[in-house]
Amino acid sequence: MTQAFDAAAQQALLESRARMALDLARQLGAEACEVGASVDQGVGVSVREGEVETVELSRDQGIAVTVYVGQRKGSASSSDAGEASVRAVVEKALAIARHTGEDPASGLAEAALMATELPDLDVHHPWPLSIDEATELALRCEAAGRGVTGIKSSDGASLSSGEGVRVYANSHGFLGSQRGSRHSLSCLLIAEDENGMQRDYDYTSARDPRDLLAAEAVGESAAQHTLSRLGGRRPATGRMPVLFDPTLASGLVGHLMSAIAGGALFREASFLCDRLGDPLFPKWFSLGERPMEVGAMASSPFDNDGVQTRDNVFIRDGRLASYMLSAYSARRLGLQTTGNAGGARNLRISAPLESREALLERMGRGVLVTELMGQGVNGVTGDYSRGAAGFWVEDGKIQHPVEEFTIAGNLETMFQGLVGVGSDTDTRGSIHTGSWLIDEMMVAGG
Amino acid sequence: MTSQTHDMLADASDLLLTPGGLDLAALDAGLGHAMGQGIDYADLYFQRSWHEGWVLEDGEVKEASYNIDGGVGVRALAGEKTGFAYSNQISADALAETGRTAAGIVRTGARQRVAPGVATTSAARYAGIDPLSGLSAEDKIAMLKLADRVARAADPSVAQVSASLSGVHEVVLVRASDGTLAADIRPLVRFNVSVIAVKNGRRERGSAGGGGRFPMSRLRDDNVAERYAKEAVRQALVNLEAVDAPAGQMPVVLGPGWPGILLHEAVGHGLEGDFNRKGSSAFAGRMGERVASKGVTVVDDATLADRRGSMSVDDEGTPGQCTPLIEDGILTGYMQDKLNARLMGMAPTGNARRESFAHLPMPRMTNTYMRAGSDDPADILKSVSRGIYAVSFGGGQVDITSGKFVFSASEAYLIEDGKITAPVKGATLIGNGPEAMGRVSMIGHDMELDTGIGVCGKEGQGVPVGVGQPTLKLDELTVGGTQS
Repeated sequence: MTQAFDAAAQQALLESRARMALDLARQLGAEACEVGASVDQGVGVSVREGEVETVELSRDQGIAVTVYVGQRKGSASSSDAGEASVRAVVEKALAIARHTGEDPASGLAEAALMATELPDLDVHHPWPLSIDEATELALRCEAAGRGVTGIKSSDGASLSSGEGVRVYANSHGFLGSQRGSRHSLSCLLIAEDENGMQRDYDYTSARDPRDLLAAEAVGESAAQHTLSRLGGRRPATGRMPVLFDPTLASGLVGHLMSAIAGGALFREASFLCDRLGDPLFPKWFSLGERPMEVGAMASSPFDNDGVQTRDNVFIRDGRLASYMLSAYSARRLGLQTTGNAGGARNLRISAPLESREALLERMGRGVLVTELMGQGVNGVTGDYSRGAAGFWVEDGKIQHPVEEFTIAGNLETMFQGLVGVGSDTDTRGSIHTGSWLIDEMMVAGG
Repeated sequence: MTSQTHDMLADASDLLLTPGGLDLAALDAGLGHAMGQGIDYADLYFQRSWHEGWVLEDGEVKEASYNIDGGVGVRALAGEKTGFAYSNQISADALAETGRTAAGIVRTGARQRVAPGVATTSAARYAGIDPLSGLSAEDKIAMLKLADRVARAADPSVAQVSASLSGVHEVVLVRASDGTLAADIRPLVRFNVSVIAVKNGRRERGSAGGGGRFPMSRLRDDNVAERYAKEAVRQALVNLEAVDAPAGQMPVVLGPGWPGILLHEAVGHGLEGDFNRKGSSAFAGRMGERVASKGVTVVDDATLADRRGSMSVDDEGTPGQCTPLIEDGILTGYMQDKLNARLMGMAPTGNARRESFAHLPMPRMTNTYMRAGSDDPADILKSVSRGIYAVSFGGGQVDITSGKFVFSASEAYLIEDGKITAPVKGATLIGNGPEAMGRVSMIGHDMELDTGIGVCGKEGQGVPVGVGQPTLKLDELTVGGTQS
């Protein structure tokens, strides 16, 4: 990279600024305080039609301070973690805490819960990549895609590479910091036939650049995705099974996690309020998180409260085994934190896995959905209605692309109706899952 | 409206440049670093914003936050190439470093000079004020508590009330190598109420909100706390009675105002200059052709007084304007920033927008709306024997290449034999932009703008926008319900 990034020096600097904020808050009258600070640096290169289009160099920092005075709370943040800025942020947070109302549940997580095991989880792999090398990779990716017969044009290939440091500290004396990196390469292509144009893409993403797929493979796969969409028709309207592609199945896991998150529960804004212990999925399905997994996308030994993370099981043998709680939401619900301030980390499914072909065979007649559009998911009721594109399946075989239709149901019924999980696991994100076959949804098309 | 150019520049310079030891004259040298070999345009974008947010839950304002953001973004263009770097420090050193980095996009060619800065003259579309300072903390808390009391008193089924008040005081200054020198002070405030109602084992949400580019005190003077609290409860109670929505193709009547996100998704994004220059939009190459029914006139208008999407000048320093996009069904205009306008041989339209100094500008919408027609809204409903009447939406999305768009209703009703009957559960509507606009068969005389709640996302950047439309009938759209 053209800008030097000394991660160790940045880490030391952020840690000292976090300590400074804690000291200052105490001096100015805060009884408790917590600080989050981060710095990220990266490069993004995009090419289009064989030429460089943009080169962006990014360097972001931020510091956020929350102070507690009695049971009152105030928060302030800044995009500058300089000394003057840290002082201004602490003073502003305290000024706010003079106006907010008392909240019996407010405050830091208990001191005894602070993380003490802080191993290196191997998530920092900087990529000493020059702009020219980054450009070369993006060009090779795009060229491989454009070289596939039938591709009309390119909307570009992009390479981005970044690393950063984040620090969390609080007035219990806890200070955790972690360096991390993320690199990705994506390609978006356009194809056209007599019915119009279609676009699609593919990408690879990893903590360690050595884990990225080959640039050419990403371009070729983007081309195959795009070409496969040409000639799409609207499917018939009716009830039928729906197979969710792995990237979209991970979205369903995301909806589940949002519904069992403490914030949604204490606000009564979830269709899964008061459902602990209930069977939500078939017996053969379990879901848990592995926050300490070495090298994984969302690994961290401490959560956003400083609490030690742990291997939670959220769904065990089909039943809702645990909510996902921070210290605050746990207090609101009269429960204990699950070390999930900031969300779940590295969700993994435990279920008998089947090949994509076997799932299609079991489906018989229905739709395989590869793209969803819009925000039609109601977390309060679980009602689900989204725009979709994918493929029509008949006799267990893909027949032709389908587009401009909706799939609708209710998340609770969909979870109950999960009949199979694919072995085609997508490991690029924090949630790893294969395809999901849902027994029946309403498809609205032609 | 009066021109405030001079004062605005002086104020912006004081807030943005003076603390780092810079002044307007120093910007020529700063820009010089970005005008490296082969660079044909460069600009500096200085920004500082102060954001404040207050949240009420359980009858108490338990959370409030304050955020200060700011820095400078430096962009260097060479043909279709863009180099970009930014810094959260505004200083001569930061300008030199980011300028040289941005200019590194090309390394050969002639070095061009920076044109002397000439202050942009533009009409002020809102007052250049700090919107946060007009109300005391006690006043802000009192507004939130009023919303809570009104919502809880409105119906016994109301179980949870949350209300929020937020505001941003934003100052920007643009200096470009083409001589552009412009500044803007942009206030933006918003009040929101969300309720959960529980009855007979059912649980539903209702929400309402609004705001614009004006002082927070106007939210109090307009009594939005009471109005939005009642509206949020009304919507939650309607949804408690909702039956399953139908599935399939049918006539759809859209209410006035916020349902205008139809235009934002079905038409707006597809008419942004970048997608048309690259030929990736379903509307590319269709200028002068019929793309909507007769009677359909759609504009993008940054000049509306005090609206959420309005801009006195855009983020490249071009004055905001009203751009006709579709006139009587014929495609007549694209929304442009400088880069795409130049490459397409067109004029910029004041649509260059960026989320912050740390993001590149792109052609973006401001306030996008359809002008009124002549039909009586009651006649529009009467003309439908079986269909859907949708009055509020959660959001939408478009694939600009295929033209497919969706938007998700959050309050909708069945129309049976020309009458509104049962409320139906939220459902996603899907269509194809150009096709759907050709199916507009009736246009009401009741044009309304939304209340000021829109955020548009494009390539990961969010910017505030407005939409609007009269009551509209589309003869056929696919409704994503669960009932055949």
